[in-house]
Amino acid sequence: MEYVANKENIAKRIAKIFKNGEVVNLGIGLPTLVGNYVPEGVTIVLQSENGMMGLGPAPAKGSEDMDLTNAGGAPVTVQMGGCFFDSATSFGIIRGGHVDYTVLGVLEVDQEGNLANYKVPGKMVPGMGGAMDLTTGARVVIAATLHFEPSGASRMKRKCTLPLTAAREVNMVVTDLGLFEVMGDRFYLVECFEPYTPEWILEKTDADIVVKNDCRIVKVD
Amino acid sequence: MIAKPIISAAEAAGKVREGDSLMVGGFMACGSPHTIIQALKEKGTKNLTLICNDTAAHDLKSGKVTGVGHLVQAKQFKKIIASHIGLNQETQRQMNAGETEVQLVPQGTLAEQVRAAGAGLGGFLTPTGVGTEVEQGKQVILVNDRPFLLELPLKADVAILKAKKADKAGNLIYNATARNFNPLMATAAALVIAEAEEIVEIGEIDPNDVHTPSIFVDFLVKAERLEW
Repeated sequence: MEYVANKENIAKRIAKIFKNGEVVNLGIGLPTLVGNYVPEGVTIVLQSENGMMGLGPAPAKGSEDMDLTNAGGAPVTVQMGGCFFDSATSFGIIRGGHVDYTVLGVLEVDQEGNLANYKVPGKMVPGMGGAMDLTTGARVVIAATLHFEPSGASRMKRKCTLPLTAAREVNMVVTDLGLFEVMGDRFYLVECFEPYTPEWILEKTDADIVVKNDCRIVKVD
Repeated sequence: MIAKPIISAAEAAGKVREGDSLMVGGFMACGSPHTIIQALKEKGTKNLTLICNDTAAHDLKSGKVTGVGHLVQAKQFKKIIASHIGLNQETQRQMNAGETEVQLVPQGTLAEQVRAAGAGLGGFLTPTGVGTEVEQGKQVILVNDRPFLLELPLKADVAILKAKKADKAGNLIYNATARNFNPLMATAAALVIAEAEEIVEIGEIDPNDVHTPSIFVDFLVKAERLEW
């Protein structure tokens, strides 16, 4: 079977998880794409750690406000009924358990629910930003990642080797191969995305994965 | 109310002494005091310790620099305390080359450290960072069987901030997400200088609308540079 990396499928599947009114923080990069695929009829509230509830889409060209940006510093808009606050309030919201979901990018994620995404010692050290607070405080932590590194190794591991962003905080992993839950030091395959098969995922991933009895094969759209 | 002195950006830069710790408001250059940053770059004061959410952006290929990245580029910091340096390749280069010490702090912890210093607290207990490198060297305290890290307050010699509007008493109003760390840093430095796009007479800001009370602000500067 040939693997074709597909970030959109990851974003599309995650976007279907949320229910009306839930508060979600999307990380920079792949997680940001999730906002594009929230189904019609579902309204989620996006929290942005730089100090906003009600993050809206990018503005039309020419109407950017340099005082209104997302956590990556890019111009955005604010939804009607949104609000602004300082960084201490923002992280009070985050640590205080008021955010339902955080969706974060991944360098490595392991079957114990550990996440590494902020540092490759000596090579790349972007810093953790708000990720450590988000993984600690959000009700559900979703790791969003292409299943494989460019080298072909799976980003889902038995044990992370890089410095951790979060210790045992990840609840769910969504890759372009499937949706996994993390429980009791195992990954559980809940959904396998077409055209892949559970057998192929198990073969290509060096981690303990249990295929759930009711595991579904789904077409992501 | 007593009016606060309105000084030039160059005078503001002159109040930052070699070796000072310096808080700079802003988040990825949004809400940073760009006028004072440029004056401080021209002044060339060195050996500063930066306390800022991030070091804005510096793309080594294109040469594009924003916000406090201008001071990083001029090598004015001996130490940088920040939560994120990912979009500033020059900060990463200086760190990897051992030219500048960089201490990475979780963003919520950094905000709360600044808030704690300004509020007269001896620190706080946070679950953030438990089980990671952030835990190293810190006291772990169990509260109801859950581990928390003891984080200490963080203050500075000088804070430079950016407001949308100030009155001459020093009351400040911020705009949109340009608020970020500014109101926290206003409380946590021995000397606080705020640049504002608009400086109005005392009485022209409704007391209900004030984000940063004038009591925290020592000097005002009229913002002349808004680009990052």
